[in-house]
Amino acid sequence: MTDADRLEIAAQAIDLRKTYGKGAAEVRALDGVSLDLYAGQFTAIMGPSGSGKSTLMHCLAALDKPTTGEVIVGGRKLGKLRDRRLTALRRDKIGFVFQAFNLVPTLTAQENILLPLSLARKKPDPGWFDQVIDTVDLRPRLKHKPSELSGGQQQRVACARALVSKPDIVFADEPTGNLDSTSAAQVLDFLRRSVDDLGQTIVMVSHDPVAASYCDRVVFLADGRIVDELAKPSREEILGHMSDLQSRAMGLAPIGEGV
Amino acid sequence: MLRLTLRNLAAHKVRLLMSTLAIVLGVAFLAGVLTFSHGLDRTFSGIINGSTPDGQVRPTNSATATEAAARPGGGSAAMLRPEAIERLRTLPEVARADGVVQGAGLYVLDTDDKLVSSSGAPTLAFNHTGSPNLLGEPMLELHEGRWADTQKEIVLDEGTAEKAGYRVGDSVTLIAPQGETKRRVTLTGIAAFNGGGTAGAQLLVFSTAGAQNLFTEGKDVYSAVSLTAADGVSQKELAAAANTVLPKGFEAVTGDKVVAESEDAIGDFLDVISVFLIVFAVIAVIVGAFIIVNTFSILIAQRSRQLALLRALGASRRQITTSVLFEALVMALVAATIGVLAGWGLAHGLAAAFRQAGLEIASDVLVLTPRTIWISYAVGVCVTLAAALLPSRRAAKVPPVAAMREDTQPPVRSAVLRTSVGLVLLAVGLVLAAMPRIGIPEISLPGGFDVPTSPALWVGVGAGVSILSVAWISAFLGRPVLAALRTVSGTVFGMTGKLAGQNAMRDPRRTGATASALMIGLALVSLIGVLAASMNASITDVVEEQFKPDLVVQSPTFTPFPTSIGDEMETVEGVATVSRSQIAQAVVGKLDLQNPKKNEAAFLFGVDEHLSKIYDLEVLEGSDDVKPGQVLVTDEVAKEHKWRLGDRIDLTVRSGRQLHPQISGIIAESQVTGEITVRIEDLVAAKVPREDASLSIVLARGADPAVVHDRLDKLVEDRPVVAVQDKDEFAESIKGQVNQLLYMIYGLLALAIVIAVIGIVNTLGLSVIERTREIGLLRAIGLSRGQLRRMITLESVTIAVLGAVLGLALGVLFGVLLRDALRDDLTSLWVPLDQLAVFLGIAVVVGVLAALLPAIRAGREDVLKAIATE
Repeated sequence: MTDADRLEIAAQAIDLRKTYGKGAAEVRALDGVSLDLYAGQFTAIMGPSGSGKSTLMHCLAALDKPTTGEVIVGGRKLGKLRDRRLTALRRDKIGFVFQAFNLVPTLTAQENILLPLSLARKKPDPGWFDQVIDTVDLRPRLKHKPSELSGGQQQRVACARALVSKPDIVFADEPTGNLDSTSAAQVLDFLRRSVDDLGQTIVMVSHDPVAASYCDRVVFLADGRIVDELAKPSREEILGHMSDLQSRAMGLAPIGEGV
Repeated sequence: MLRLTLRNLAAHKVRLLMSTLAIVLGVAFLAGVLTFSHGLDRTFSGIINGSTPDGQVRPTNSATATEAAARPGGGSAAMLRPEAIERLRTLPEVARADGVVQGAGLYVLDTDDKLVSSSGAPTLAFNHTGSPNLLGEPMLELHEGRWADTQKEIVLDEGTAEKAGYRVGDSVTLIAPQGETKRRVTLTGIAAFNGGGTAGAQLLVFSTAGAQNLFTEGKDVYSAVSLTAADGVSQKELAAAANTVLPKGFEAVTGDKVVAESEDAIGDFLDVISVFLIVFAVIAVIVGAFIIVNTFSILIAQRSRQLALLRALGASRRQITTSVLFEALVMALVAATIGVLAGWGLAHGLAAAFRQAGLEIASDVLVLTPRTIWISYAVGVCVTLAAALLPSRRAAKVPPVAAMREDTQPPVRSAVLRTSVGLVLLAVGLVLAAMPRIGIPEISLPGGFDVPTSPALWVGVGAGVSILSVAWISAFLGRPVLAALRTVSGTVFGMTGKLAGQNAMRDPRRTGATASALMIGLALVSLIGVLAASMNASITDVVEEQFKPDLVVQSPTFTPFPTSIGDEMETVEGVATVSRSQIAQAVVGKLDLQNPKKNEAAFLFGVDEHLSKIYDLEVLEGSDDVKPGQVLVTDEVAKEHKWRLGDRIDLTVRSGRQLHPQISGIIAESQVTGEITVRIEDLVAAKVPREDASLSIVLARGADPAVVHDRLDKLVEDRPVVAVQDKDEFAESIKGQVNQLLYMIYGLLALAIVIAVIGIVNTLGLSVIERTREIGLLRAIGLSRGQLRRMITLESVTIAVLGAVLGLALGVLFGVLLRDALRDDLTSLWVPLDQLAVFLGIAVVVGVLAALLPAIRAGREDVLKAIATE
């Protein structure tokens, strides 16, 4: 962990807990998660469904509020912020890529990419814009509407949009979940390059070991807790860990809950 | 399937509530109008039946007794002597014969000596005889006090007493235009027609001696007789028997005949009110139908996956259609029920508004008749089902495979056919409306129907066809407007504005249909606006052209007044000339007593030597100078009677005397003179009682008009029957009546606009639900709540402005065409740009208001939930 000491923290979760429902019906989606996310890294959060990985991402991305605990993004505590500030924070400091339905159908690719900036009434940095467009390889498609783009192209537009405002951190929620393997590889390749070449910070939620193998760091979540993490893992290592988690979840879940 | 339908209804309560509201309002208006019309009808027929005796004796040349009483100059010339009534009483068929004395031109002054306004309904002054009506009941009900016994006593109706501020026992001031001006009598009682109410008429009931004192110069004569049949005698036998003993010039008619004649006379007036109101109800229902079509279309588009799933599970197309229609039926029944009840309330509201205007409708006749309920339900259900039919068929066309598709966007439907048909219909409508300009063909249609020649009718039909076809293809016609609006809002409001503009264009048909509801309302409003402005401009023109004296004195109710007023005015300092004019009833040719229907009534306009010097009459032949023994006629009348310059014509005035003047000039029709203009001296010679209808005053050279105006105002201060007006006041007093009507129409059209607002709220609300994910995405990437609300508001304003632009364009176009068709009366055209700008402003406000609820709702949406929604 000597590496980590030198790295700057882009976002931080401190003892996050998130519960839904009350009494017997209470569900703990997050059960005391503390996590540092480092700038300039491509981090994957993995776990079986119901492990709380999406909830964690939503809390980190200022889309959801934890029941207790604190989230710090870009050095700012989110807990105290009102909706207006949260909106501005999402617009200026955070980028998003969702699994599907990422683009506004009435706007062209270029307008979609520039949307966070135009909502803030800001002008894009032309050099940065060109760099992003070239990285996602979308220049000939900028005037097209989303319906005229393939699924992979749409996701790349979404990635470009997430990056264009130079956010502190980009959150990607299963960005390749709806894509065929070739398109998925293109998108992941682009995310990787934006970390390596453009110095971006990306956090990706996924349950796909192939996707996670593009990352610098993989954090494993089960039953609302961080159970393990790997640095620069291979696909095989991840697969092994996943099946371990799966069997532990199936076999030991009742015991785990009692602890 | 049934359970599913009901579940669907329950699942979308708010949306359904909104579309139900559109039907509720339409049905409520219809039911309200029907109930009100029925009440109006009942009120009048109650009064007519309740105040007509078994038989009536009246002068032969009068249609009805009411008409005789309403004539200027008061009563009819022919009077019955008491002996004639005695002869009637001796007949075995007659149980009672009561002499009636009626008069007109009598007014009540209130406690401040101001005229009690009668607002159009007649003032009925007569004696109380106690004779029963044809049902054997008393004609009048005494509510308070007692009947008048002496000459110095009076009984009034409650409305008049209340307005004037009199109570039983008070001294009441009456004003009579002829003879002495004021008279004080004591109020002894309050009465109403049998069955209650007076429908706004003022009742002035005297003792027989009192009425004779006022109307017959104290002579013991009668203007009519109420006959009561003896037991077992029919109305016909009664009338036949009475006719055998009547003097020449009088006839006896059955009560039933009098009722029929009165109902005929009043029926036209009632029909006008009913048709007028029903037109607005129909507009409200049509606008409502647009909203229902829209709501169902959207609901079905949203539910297409669910419908596809049902189809995949084995539901037939027919079952889907039936399910949607059944949903509509349940909605319609609920809405019609609420609508009928609301309509009953609305009828009471209308009655209150009419009461304010002086037309009293008793509230106990404002009942929901089975006919009203039946019609309201039928219209509500039929319109809703018809509106839901297209969407329901579209629902059935959802392919089962759509259940499996990610993308639930409805396929873009080809609009080529629809647009082409719509454009053709629009062209037909425009051609129809332009026919009066092109020239209406005079051809006979098979079946003996002639092509209607009324230009206004052609324009009206053309306007109706055009407006509906524009509504139908509003998606196509609205596109350039929407594109322009998008550019504007994008420029002004940045990305939020652009997104709003894009959203409005996303489903042009939906936007168009929503805007159409507003379009119809605004098209009518601006059409009426153009007509009213043109009418006001025409009035200004006519007054400018024809109002030549400095001041005019006349009665606001156009009743004659005593000549003493003119005499006094002549002595006022600064007045140079007072020109008198008088109106007298006459019959063209010789009076035919045997065939009263052959007598052609006409008004004679009596003038003095000043008239032709003050006014510039347009002389077509001869001169405008009329000397005693001469007559001026308009070209219309000359043509009708084949009169030529120099001819001598026969005129018979009410006294029975004849005039035999020579035509000295043929003039164009004007507001200054009547059709037949003679010298007052000739009328006096024919024993027409002298009175003035209007005075035209020319000021002395150098006199200050304002000062003289003030002096004359002081002079007539205690004579509320007349008013002194200069040119502007005169024009304003006429325009005031036009504007009053205008505001009433605006008020009724406001309802159509309210329904349109509901339509926009509905569409926006549904769009917000439809775009939950997109809104979530926008919120996630940085759209603030304020920006979101602004976006929805701008979309709403875009829809509203589209409706306004289309509506105003159509309204102005057809307003101009209709004005053109009516150019004989509306001589000048005026497009009220300021008013149109206000209407556009109202549309923007409407848009902002309509967006309130959907915007708040969208803003409250949890960002996460919005993204997570599947």
